[in-house]
Amino acid sequence: MTTAVDLARSTPLAIGGRTFHSRLMVGTGKYRDNDTMRRAIEASGAEIVTVAVRRVDLDRTKAEGILHHLDPKRYFLLANTAGCSTPEDAVRYARLAREAGFNEFVKLEVIGDQETLLPDVQGLLEAAAALVKEGFQVLAYTNEDLVTALRLEDAGCAAVMPLASPIGSGLGLLNPYHVRLIKRRLRVPVIVDAGVGTASDACVTMEQGVDGLLMNTALAAARDPVAMAHAMRLAVEAGRAAYLAGRMPKREVAVPSSPLEGMLD
Amino acid sequence: MKDETIDITLNGEQRAVPRDASLLDLLQSLELDPRAVVVEHNRAIVRRPALGRVKVAAGDAIELVHFVGGG
Repeated sequence: MTTAVDLARSTPLAIGGRTFHSRLMVGTGKYRDNDTMRRAIEASGAEIVTVAVRRVDLDRTKAEGILHHLDPKRYFLLANTAGCSTPEDAVRYARLAREAGFNEFVKLEVIGDQETLLPDVQGLLEAAAALVKEGFQVLAYTNEDLVTALRLEDAGCAAVMPLASPIGSGLGLLNPYHVRLIKRRLRVPVIVDAGVGTASDACVTMEQGVDGLLMNTALAAARDPVAMAHAMRLAVEAGRAAYLAGRMPKREVAVPSSPLEGMLD
Repeated sequence: MKDETIDITLNGEQRAVPRDASLLDLLQSLELDPRAVVVEHNRAIVRRPALGRVKVAAGDAIELVHFVGGG
């Protein structure tokens, strides 16, 4: 008999014609040092690792490129368009990322508000359509709105990435109902991106049945990022397995676990 | 007599570079590995094999980018 555990471990996640075995994806930003980042990513078991596109520091006073610390043969590099607030900028960054030569995938972000970093839905849809036309596999970071998610799917996105809560907030899954709804209605993979703070958040998110989870700050800002990465790996597996196992119904009253028969007079 | 250098905008900063330098020359003068950066020349990406053929002209805007940590 195939158990939920077997299923959780063996069913690959297919996105844009590629398959992945880990449902946990991790970012590479904000680590206190590159060695911690490298060990945390290793402990997370992630295959997909996000990176950002930025100017080379010509004076060499700041950090060198991330590829000095991350083997692109070992990890699938998913470039983002973080920091972009117009569709034109996002398309420009995506093209630069693709030119770096690793793959045609892009995590599309078009930010509409600087305080919350919530997406600009209109700009997102425009950029998604333009990038799909150029042959990109677009993974679109969006809010937990069903209609936007459906429009992104219609635009040809390879995956839709609703947020759990704002980027870097660590508030956890604020809207499980809408995330579940999006998962139920979309055919493309649904990857929750942003907002988880600790392992229970990751587990609850995966229990909604979504296909995967992307996080960065929850690892980078943990007191021990490597230990948290291990916890997150277990939490994502546990949440996926629990979803596949099918939870018991909730009841408002107690139901005894031990038999009522055979009690002494 | 011609000036020996021209002014360009490189990663948002004014820089003087030798006249008739190619993009590849520019990368080499900055000790940058062409395989490790992507070059955008006046908003158009220049692929690696063409870097030696494209000359820099006065007033050009050039961006040199690479991957950094991000989420």
